[in-house]
Amino acid sequence: MSHLGIIVKRELASYFVTHLAYVFILIFLVLSGVFTFYMGNFFERGQADLMPFFNFHPWLYLFLVPAISMRLWSEERKSGSIELLMTLPIRKFDAVVGKFLAAWFFTGLALVLTFPLWITVNYLGSPDNGAIFAGYIGSWLMAGGFLAIGSCISALSKSQVIAFILTGLICLLFVLAGFPLVLNLFEDWVPLLVLDGLASLSFLTHFNAISKGVLSLQDLFYFLSLIVAWLAATMIVIEIKQAN
Amino acid sequence: MIEISHLSKQFGALKAVDDLSLSLVAGEILGFLGPNGAGKSTTMKMLTGFVAPTSGSINIHGHDIGSEQLAAQKLIGYLPEGAPCYDEMTPASFLGFIAEIRGFSGAEKVQRVADVVEKMSLQRVLGQRIETLSKGYKRRVGLAQAIIHDPKVLILDEPTDGLDPNQKQQVRELIRGLSKDKIVIISTHILEEVAAVCSRVVIISEGRLVVDCTPEQLASRSKFDGAVSIRFTAATALENIVSGIAELASVASVEQTESSLTVFPEDKAKLFVALSQFLSQHELVPESIFQERGRLDEVFRQVTVEDSELENLS
Repeated sequence: MSHLGIIVKRELASYFVTHLAYVFILIFLVLSGVFTFYMGNFFERGQADLMPFFNFHPWLYLFLVPAISMRLWSEERKSGSIELLMTLPIRKFDAVVGKFLAAWFFTGLALVLTFPLWITVNYLGSPDNGAIFAGYIGSWLMAGGFLAIGSCISALSKSQVIAFILTGLICLLFVLAGFPLVLNLFEDWVPLLVLDGLASLSFLTHFNAISKGVLSLQDLFYFLSLIVAWLAATMIVIEIKQAN
Repeated sequence: MIEISHLSKQFGALKAVDDLSLSLVAGEILGFLGPNGAGKSTTMKMLTGFVAPTSGSINIHGHDIGSEQLAAQKLIGYLPEGAPCYDEMTPASFLGFIAEIRGFSGAEKVQRVADVVEKMSLQRVLGQRIETLSKGYKRRVGLAQAIIHDPKVLILDEPTDGLDPNQKQQVRELIRGLSKDKIVIISTHILEEVAAVCSRVVIISEGRLVVDCTPEQLASRSKFDGAVSIRFTAATALENIVSGIAELASVASVEQTESSLTVFPEDKAKLFVALSQFLSQHELVPESIFQERGRLDEVFRQVTVEDSELENLS
């Protein structure tokens, strides 16, 4: 097995031995059920789709994903095991990407476990399963974006609490980037071009497009490049921290 | 072979390691000494590629730690300070993980893990989470992962810290029992350990190398090296004896404490025979008489404390 594979395997296993996995999955399933049925008016809408389910994902991820990502590097730094990991003959790339992938696969698993909703909607009506599939992919990509941000923030701090809060905050900015709340902050002092750029960074815009069933290359590229950029930043942060 | 040349590390205003040069050949067991904060751990972190040096270079068996980091790291087994592990894992799964990273799989991986488990007597705790283990067991898990690939270079940062005397003995025997083609670097502040296992001693103080010699040479720097202590019964009048001994040819000085004397030699001369003769000539029967040995802790203080105190004065 490659070093990357070995690290993914170890990380994934540690989610399950620490019970973090079970707690996370349970909370994720309960909350997505609550959001879909009560707040999303799943039945009252009378439509055979999973829009109410996906619509709440950005907000759900806002506090659930930082809870996973905060331990990626903060814990290693706090316990000192980062010294062990980084003096093993592995590339930094393998460590950073391996840890990220394990977390990403894990959120993927949590998403897959929401399949009873998909069964329900198929039992009740005949939904566009292509659109639902696209929604799942979009949600998973968005989770990856959140996680990549969290990975970088977690590499910055020894404290998991700080990592959690900062990650939540930055993710919130990304989610709301297209909203007046955030844009008004910048309106007065940045050129229009930058403002448009900021608006186009919004998670919501891209995620909504995908969750409606349109899996465009543009939105895919947006999430993937976001992940790559934040993981590259993670590597740089680790490099700098190590030199000091 | 390890070549450290002009190694320096600056943390902000603090110079943790200052122009350190050192070369080590296979078979050497180096005791790396120094007061806390002298730069021992920092040097070890640089040797293993965890911290990048500010200047200078490290070459490990032909591989520069900066430009060929992975090749160098493959040759190194490292026990970081405090023996950090993945606490949620069991020793079995943790050692399996390290073995895989070190490139072993299948039957060989199983064999490697079994070997180190045996060497470090970890059988009893294999299925227990590392976070529930005692300090001694944790340290042994850390040591086990460091030697799993039979490394050519073994770097151990305070390997016996927190172990009980039996466990310390066990670790020292393990280090002595390593094959002779390895380079072992041990940092410690337990001085007997150095005399017990090391073939060479380096002391650093405030990031600079202050001593580089064998443990015997280090001991011989002590004023107690070659000295002889004689204890008399309480009733003996010591004044005449003291002046008599002080007049002997090879005696430099005599120190008296209650009913015992410590006689220091001139130029490392052998005193024991001369003193026994003196005692029998004067028909004195001491309670005990023994040859002192060089005291490492005294030399350690001499080279590390005085150094910084002198600087404080100036």
